Parts: sequence; C-alpha cells; structure tokens
Amino acid sequence: MGRSLKKGPFVDQKLLYKIEVLNDNSQKRPIKTWSRRSMITPDFVGHTFLVHNGKDFISVFVTENMVGHKLGEFSPTRKFHGHSGHNPKIKG
Amino acid sequence: MARVLGVEIPNEKRVEASLPYIYGIGRSTAKEILEQADVDPDIRTGELTDDQIARIIHVITTNKIVIEGDLRRELQGHMKRIQSINCYRGLRHRKGLPVRGQRTSTNARTRKGKRRTVGVVRAAGAKKGKV
Repeated sequence: MGRSLKKGPFVDQKLLYKIEVLNDNSQKRPIKTWSRRSMITPDFVGHTFLVHNGKDFISVFVTENMVGHKLGEFSPTRKFHGHSGHNPKIKG
Repeated sequence: MARVLGVEIPNEKRVEASLPYIYGIGRSTAKEILEQADVDPDIRTGELTDDQIARIIHVITTNKIVIEGDLRRELQGHMKRIQSINCYRGLRHRKGLPVRGQRTSTNARTRKGKRRTVGVVRAAGAKKGKV
C-alpha cells in the first residue's frame, strides 16, 4: 500500500539539511548517505549521492526522472554472479 | 459488427460485454460509459442506433478515457522511463524477472518463461554411477 498523501514525502532530516546547505551555497559535492529510505524530492535534482548498499557506496546522479523514487532503488543490494558451470552459449 | 472509435469492432453481444473488447475499457468502465451515455446495457451491440453509438463515443472522448494505441504508447513510455533511470524496477524488467518482490526460487513462470536448466548439466546416468 502506498503512503498517505497527507503526510507528504519522507526524507531523512539530516539528508534534507545537507541538501539545503549545498543548495544555499549553490555547491555540488557528492553526499555520502545510508538513508536509502529517503524519497527523492525536486531539490535533489543535479546532486550526486553515494548510496550505501550494505557494503559499498554506489554513486547515483539524480535526474528529473528519478523524483518520487527512493534513493535505495538505485543502489542494488544483491549481486548476481551467475550459476556455476553455466555457459549461456550452450543451451542445456 | 458495430464500429466504435475507428477500428474497434465488438460483436453481437450485449453492449456492456462488447465494449471491453476495446483495449483500455474493462467491465466497470463499460458500465460507467453506458450509464453516462444513457444507453441500456442489455441491448445487443448490433441493435444500437447511430445516435447511441455517437453518444458512447462522445462519453469516451469527453471523459478522456485513454484507449488502444494511445494507452499502449503511454505504458511503453512508463516502461522506458523506469528502465532508463536504472532503478530496481527497471533492472527487474530488463532481466525479465518479477518486479514486485515475488519469490523466484520457484514459480515466477509467467515472467521467466519456459523452464530451462541452468548451471551444471550432468551427463545422463551420472547420478547412478554408470559413467
């Protein structure tokens, strides 16, 4: 079920603060964050985030199309290495 | 065979049942349309007068109900957007796996298609020690 509109989008306060500071000084610097649950708001557009996936920080450059998604959606938490002995050229 | 909005040719069923042949119109939308157009849902489509067909078309266009090609294009646009921004849903679409968090260890056959063996393929009879 989606989130109630009444509450508005959720963004971690600390993250929002960092963005505001950067926007006020019209600076652009990658922001390291663990806050995968934060919704991308229009203020985020043009910034680069380093979003933690549990192991590494994945660089995410936010474009207009991403507004409304959460940061975590762009930083996959699982890595698929393929199956052992599997050769896609030979059809099993 | 009546024609509603260009190429649509629903057959000799009740209007209520033949409108859903149009892509983008389901049973409940059809009911709403007929109610607004003041057409009896029980008439056979073939028995509709030109005036009634015109009223149905009028309701569909004025209510901005997106149907057929326009709807398909709209959905395609959504897919394209979601895949171009590299989000999780886009990745799942690209890989042809379920998008909404379903299990994939078993099932998920609709998305994954026909079963195919993946990984180590043993020679026939290897299990019984015949090799």
